[in-house]
Amino acid sequence: MTVDVLYFAWVRERIGLPKEKVETDAPTVAVLVEELKAREDRYAAAFADLSALRVAVDQELTDFDAPLDGVREVAFFPPMTGG
Amino acid sequence: MAVRVQSDSFDPGAELTAFAHGRRDAGAVVTFSGLVRDTAARDLEAMEIEHYPAMTERAIAGIEAEAVARWSLTDSLVIHRHGRLAPGEIIMMVATAAPHRADAFAAAEFLMDYLKSRAPFWKKEITRAGESWVAAKDEDEQALDRWRDGA
Repeated sequence: MTVDVLYFAWVRERIGLPKEKVETDAPTVAVLVEELKAREDRYAAAFADLSALRVAVDQELTDFDAPLDGVREVAFFPPMTGG
Repeated sequence: MAVRVQSDSFDPGAELTAFAHGRRDAGAVVTFSGLVRDTAARDLEAMEIEHYPAMTERAIAGIEAEAVARWSLTDSLVIHRHGRLAPGEIIMMVATAAPHRADAFAAAEFLMDYLKSRAPFWKKEITRAGESWVAAKDEDEQALDRWRDGA
């Protein structure tokens, strides 16, 4: 399946792009992260410490164990600093 | 309940007037306004606020719905800006209206606590010394604890 993967804040800067289409059969977010890390150093660097990252699946905050079945959009970003 | 996410500035006084206008069912209106604070070194040139457009309004609306479910609220309003802001500019505003002030105050604090840590915004400080992303604070996450488990 094809998933839109979005990056925000320093994750976007470290990976060097805001959004890309990713072809994957990963069953969970965590497996998708492993696939991305295996691509290039910039991905490995961005995903080195998952405790410093948050993830949203189809615009809902979730965790790295979340399933990807039928998902259209996955976003990775640091803890939010709104307000 | 209303949510506005925008790059344009706004007048919090005018927003308060409009929010409070014509209400007969609310005895209390509470507002909070957030401004761009300078750094300790007083060298802030700008603050850039990034957000996740597809998620932002939905996440805030979810937080507002939770507030409405927990307190007796007549209405609520959240305005949050994004883009490049100068020191002292207004970033955001929360307004709550309730029959009595305790609900209006509590709901406004709840909305602020959740907007800090659960609305998809990220702040970057641009100073003469360089740029840095504002790190989330542990106390902002801890602030959510008081609203859990029926606290």
